[in-house]
Amino acid sequence: MSKYLVNKFLYTVDRDPDLVQRYRDDPAGTVAWWETEKANEILNCVTQEKSTWLAFEDEERDALVAQDHVTLFELGAHPFLTLTLFIAMFEHDHEPLGYVKAYAERMAHISLPYPDIAT
Amino acid sequence: MAELVAVIASTHHPFYYKTSTAPEEERPPFAAEWISKIENFRETLTRARPDVLVMVGSDHFHQLWLDNMPQFLVGKAPVYDANWYNEEREFGLPRMRLAGDEAFSQHILREGLDAGFDLAFSNELRIDHSVTCPIITLRPQADLPIVPIYTNIFAPPLPQPKRFVQLGKTIRELVESMPGNQRVAVIGTGHLSLELGGPRQFGPTGPDPEFDRKAVEWIASGDIEGCLAEVTLESLHKPGNATHGFMDFMLMMGVAGEGAKADYTETVDLFHTMEAYFTWYPKGASSL
Repeated sequence: MSKYLVNKFLYTVDRDPDLVQRYRDDPAGTVAWWETEKANEILNCVTQEKSTWLAFEDEERDALVAQDHVTLFELGAHPFLTLTLFIAMFEHDHEPLGYVKAYAERMAHISLPYPDIAT
Repeated sequence: MAELVAVIASTHHPFYYKTSTAPEEERPPFAAEWISKIENFRETLTRARPDVLVMVGSDHFHQLWLDNMPQFLVGKAPVYDANWYNEEREFGLPRMRLAGDEAFSQHILREGLDAGFDLAFSNELRIDHSVTCPIITLRPQADLPIVPIYTNIFAPPLPQPKRFVQLGKTIRELVESMPGNQRVAVIGTGHLSLELGGPRQFGPTGPDPEFDRKAVEWIASGDIEGCLAEVTLESLHKPGNATHGFMDFMLMMGVAGEGAKADYTETVDLFHTMEAYFTWYPKGASSL
């Protein structure tokens, strides 16, 4: 499991309007590019100091490519990060509150205790 | 010494700004009641005539991140920029700029460290809606210097609830030991029951009205002991996966003190959460 890296993807994409649009339009390409180019950049450090070892597990990569928020939740991604990014990408296609209610309905089978979000 | 003139605890709802500034015909049906209650709540700070605001909030993964997450952090900058792109995007919040009080921050840091809290600090903290929402609701002219204190209610492992209460008690001592004669309000924001990104989000009420009822009673009556007896890091998942923000209310109960009854309590039930507002006057309302 590399929950940290999943969260890092969601976090770094959510804060950049160009990346939000790029991930919406081309999820597979954006995830592949990000894992190759960005995953090992240490935030607040120059790129020469990149780390060497961060990579997604296959199921994490697949969930990000599928933009499957239910699976991301089940894998322990931080739910605030997933929600805020997915709202940015998709909420404007729906009536007010329609998207976030449907988002919850797709998770109706999930009961307490929820997956651990500690990284 | 500085005088603690008001202690204020509140939820922080990022939709209030948009709700209250939209043209009347575009406002949701609950807007009028909400705005009216906020204006009454605002008066509880105005009448205390503060000179400086010590603001307790929590970064929502805007600046503080999992590579280097502080549990408790004090801003010590002369100026704070505020609100972020994704808060503009989702909530329509405006960019803001708030003055700091570096001497006050330095006092909180030095004396807080000596009191046993390993406080982190930031010389370039950008504030998010946990602090700007109470500015918008309580001091919309944004004309007072702030001392921001951020807590981690968001990225496990979290400090225990009792630690939030202890920090609140210590913040009160630090405010009251600040040299000078400033009138100080301590304002902190958190949540009652709340779910974000889970199956119980955006329901017709908050995810756990029973928890909300008990929580309001704990806060309004200053029942720290009763609250600590029921609330744990594990139990806070049950009323909703974002309910750990309630620990910032517990911190504010620590500032107000064990058994301190709030001088002002108000709630408003919105579609997915209960908003709640509390004000204490440490020397009594008649002292103002």
